[in-house]
Amino acid sequence: MCAMRPEPVHEPGDSQPGNLDRPDRPSQRDQGQQDWKAVLTPEEIRRALSRIAHEILERTHGGEGIVLLGIPTRGTYLARRLSARIGEFEGTPAPVGSLDVTMHRDDLRLRPARALQRTEVPPDGVDGKTVVLVDDVLFSGRTVRAALDALNDLGRPRSVQLAVLVDRGHRELPIRADYVGKNLPTAHREAVRVLLAEIDGEDSVLLGEREA
Amino acid sequence: MNRHLISAADLSREDAVLILDTAAELASVADRPIKKLPTLRGRTVVNLFYEDSTRTRTSFEAAAKRLSADVINFSAKGSSVAKGESLKDTALTLEAMGSDAIVVRHPASGAPRRLADWVSGRVINAGDGTHEHPTQALLDAFTMRQRLFSPGGADFSHGGLPAPHSPGPRSPLGGPPGDQRGKGLDGVRVTIVGDILHSRVARSNVLLLDTLGAEVTVVAPPTLMPYAVGTWPCKAGYDLDAELRKTDVVMMLRVQQERMSAAFFPTVREYRRRYGLDTGRMALLPEHAIVMHPGPMNRGVEIAAEVADSPRSTIVAQVTNGVTVRMAVLYLMLGGAAEDAS
Repeated sequence: MCAMRPEPVHEPGDSQPGNLDRPDRPSQRDQGQQDWKAVLTPEEIRRALSRIAHEILERTHGGEGIVLLGIPTRGTYLARRLSARIGEFEGTPAPVGSLDVTMHRDDLRLRPARALQRTEVPPDGVDGKTVVLVDDVLFSGRTVRAALDALNDLGRPRSVQLAVLVDRGHRELPIRADYVGKNLPTAHREAVRVLLAEIDGEDSVLLGEREA
Repeated sequence: MNRHLISAADLSREDAVLILDTAAELASVADRPIKKLPTLRGRTVVNLFYEDSTRTRTSFEAAAKRLSADVINFSAKGSSVAKGESLKDTALTLEAMGSDAIVVRHPASGAPRRLADWVSGRVINAGDGTHEHPTQALLDAFTMRQRLFSPGGADFSHGGLPAPHSPGPRSPLGGPPGDQRGKGLDGVRVTIVGDILHSRVARSNVLLLDTLGAEVTVVAPPTLMPYAVGTWPCKAGYDLDAELRKTDVVMMLRVQQERMSAAFFPTVREYRRRYGLDTGRMALLPEHAIVMHPGPMNRGVEIAAEVADSPRSTIVAQVTNGVTVRMAVLYLMLGGAAEDAS
């Protein structure tokens, strides 16, 4: 077990960037950069988030009683961006927090214990609210299932919705997103990486081959 | 992290900080409507206690139950359990019943280390003789970090002097100001007072606090100072009043009547006069300093009742933190794959 920085590579059964230290993955963007193809530019990411913010406001009738909960690591930053965007459109930013799902994952026993990420719930809690879960990539759906369980322990929201920057398909559970930045058809062997300025220094979504 | 937790010296700084960070995150579970996580569902933790204990055993039990583990309590109290072979047989029996971890307290120093050779599950030392009590040291370190690095607490980048009170704006991306995550206890001055000779709490604390970067001084009557204290990673002193003026943390140890096989000091009154913490002595402490005690206390012997109940005292917080820190240890030892791949 070690506290490595989570890496934004999405593999089957690993739709959240976990703290894995498998040797078979690119650890730096510079390594084999030619293998990674940018599928979203910073402008496209910005526009996608603006559209999602508008859609959330539309679907929730002006964002009444919503709470944005990002799934660490990158979902947290996306949730904060969405909250700020909603603030620009409506005057008040939506309450935002983060929800760590590590303790609720179904694959805990497959790897050494992982460091926990931060869970921060806005002061008013989630009871009776419309919670919008925010993640960077929707893949197997297992992270979202874990998030629904984790949310269950925090309270009883009126409803739960899901916003993702990229939906890459290959669901393993009956879960779908309410708001999608980009539907990205992928092969199972491919990997999707989301880079965000707050943690990676730049905004980008990359598609590449998973190394065998 | 190692397979077992026998000694505070087994922990690297990275391991120790990871345990404290995990505990900081788990602390919020206690404030939730449902104070339980499903993480250790199907795991079994055995509390194997050959010595009396209230808080350590219940603390481990609460920690394991909050993580949904099954708990079996085995108390040797009242039975004539011999050492050696029978400890082994007991442990093997419990393991045959499907235990994944054994939390052991034993009057013989080194018993948990022996146990670790015999069983295939994890072993956690919950106090062995006068040797070590690593989870107590972890919860003490957690309490220090929580109290001293909280907003408005002392700023140890300025040589341990209390910082001008500047709560500052809440950072939008980081945690709250005074965020403890990732931090050790660098530069924190800790004074441990009392029966150092018999104290497993003192030994584990000295080792862990040194790993975390704190400066430790142990203070005791000469008769209760271990011979080998010179080899410990700490300073030793005999004058409590001098140390109190320049410390951030003072930790009072219990006078352990049950381990005193000889007359180590003339009278309890004499001990109290020279090494007890009363309100007069507490006034010598710097303004931000905290008073700790691992419990159980002898009120009126090593610590006065008014001191134990003062706002500087962290004694109740230590008990609360004991559960979260033990949850962190159990999660990190049992929550992942059975065999560490790394």
